[in-house]
Amino acid sequence: MGGGCGNQGAFALTRSWSKMSIMQAYANPTRFLNLTQPLVPWLWAVTIGLFATGLIMGWNAPPDYQQGETVRIMYVHVPAAWSAMMVYTIMAIASATGFIFRHPLADAAAKTAAPFGAVFTFLALVTGSIWGEPMWGTWWVWDARLTSMFVLFLLYLGYMAIWQAIEEPQRAARIAGIIAIAGFINIPIIKFSVDWWNSLHQPASVFRMDRPTIAPELLWPLLIMGLGYTFLFLVLHLTAIKTEITSRRIRQMRIANIREL
Amino acid sequence: MSAAFALLKRDLRLAFRQAGGTGTALGFFLTFVVLLPLGLGPDQALLQRIAPGALWIALLLSVLLSADRIFQSDYDDGSLEIMAMGPQDLGLMALTKAFSHWLTAGLPLAIAAPILGLLINLEPERMLPQAIAMLIGSMALSLLASLGAAVTLGIRRGGPLVSLLILPLYVPVLIFGVAASGGMTQKPALLILAAISLASLVLCPWGAAAAIRAHLR
Repeated sequence: MGGGCGNQGAFALTRSWSKMSIMQAYANPTRFLNLTQPLVPWLWAVTIGLFATGLIMGWNAPPDYQQGETVRIMYVHVPAAWSAMMVYTIMAIASATGFIFRHPLADAAAKTAAPFGAVFTFLALVTGSIWGEPMWGTWWVWDARLTSMFVLFLLYLGYMAIWQAIEEPQRAARIAGIIAIAGFINIPIIKFSVDWWNSLHQPASVFRMDRPTIAPELLWPLLIMGLGYTFLFLVLHLTAIKTEITSRRIRQMRIANIREL
Repeated sequence: MSAAFALLKRDLRLAFRQAGGTGTALGFFLTFVVLLPLGLGPDQALLQRIAPGALWIALLLSVLLSADRIFQSDYDDGSLEIMAMGPQDLGLMALTKAFSHWLTAGLPLAIAAPILGLLINLEPERMLPQAIAMLIGSMALSLLASLGAAVTLGIRRGGPLVSLLILPLYVPVLIFGVAASGGMTQKPALLILAAISLASLVLCPWGAAAAIRAHLR
């Protein structure tokens, strides 16, 4: 059978909705690549520009009246934590789309997002640790925010382990999708952990119902860095999806060759 | 419904007659409790302080240890395939199997835990809250274990993988379970624990059924 990304015919048989036609149009990997690949160099330019602006602005921002110069760790730490949660959300949405509509491209998107999410989570944990040592006097505490972030790291590892353990990609996609959706419960827990429990970690200071409690000259570089991380993920993700599609095609060509022999 | 009862009866009979059922889980639990003072030293005050948490960790690990018997043997001999093809809802079957796992692992351990807690100097007035919290929390543990067992069906050396996948999801149960076993925040923690169990009662059988279908496809 066809299966995989290179051929959507096997999946089209099971669907007869007319609503699906728009989705199917973009489920075609070739069309997806033609649409997104020309954007990649531009996205790189935007990413580098955002990182340069954000880092220079962060470098020139005034030191915090309490934390002094260590506040600059924030420009690496906070966007990493945001990205870690954003990537998991994207992964869960892609998994749900792949699970419900049997959309191979969504499965590829979910699969390739996971390693980036794990790296962002690791970066947030490590920079948070480096920041915590001078500020809290300890590298690590087992409080709600830190623990739930560590759980997120474990969820990423488990998700990647499932893809490793199951050889057949379509089955792996469905099983990993269930795991990703089940683990999504952790995202609101991370977000609200600082409100629900007394935590050493500071409460939300940027995304609040009223207004950010952080000074604007510190906030702007932070937002630019956040945008920079988002674009970095976007461009890396698009490249990884391309790699995934290519490797699936190679796999199918190999299988076809074996059958011909 | 009658099919679910028949399945429950069969699973309970298998659990009692086969090796590796309730006895193994209890034995593991006992070994854990006995090893703990050997590792930490026989300081009564220290043991009293950590007893509720230690019992919870022992419960988590023993439930996890027996997780693979929820679906694996039925998968191996093909009866799971029959269940999936039959007219009954696979989710109900998964729920029944999780329930029989709870009856043979979670329930006996929750009853035995406060008594074994005597070995590590659990305060007597904490015994009842500990048993109630474990009774409620172990339902969530069994249901999540059934999800993990369904996801790793037929994977070679799936055991360590189940731990990696399911232990992160056990974290909330552990946190609120220990809080509900004593201390100031007992009642709210117990209510949250019950909420976790009810939520996993609704979601886990559905997820397990989806995973089983994906594996049998």
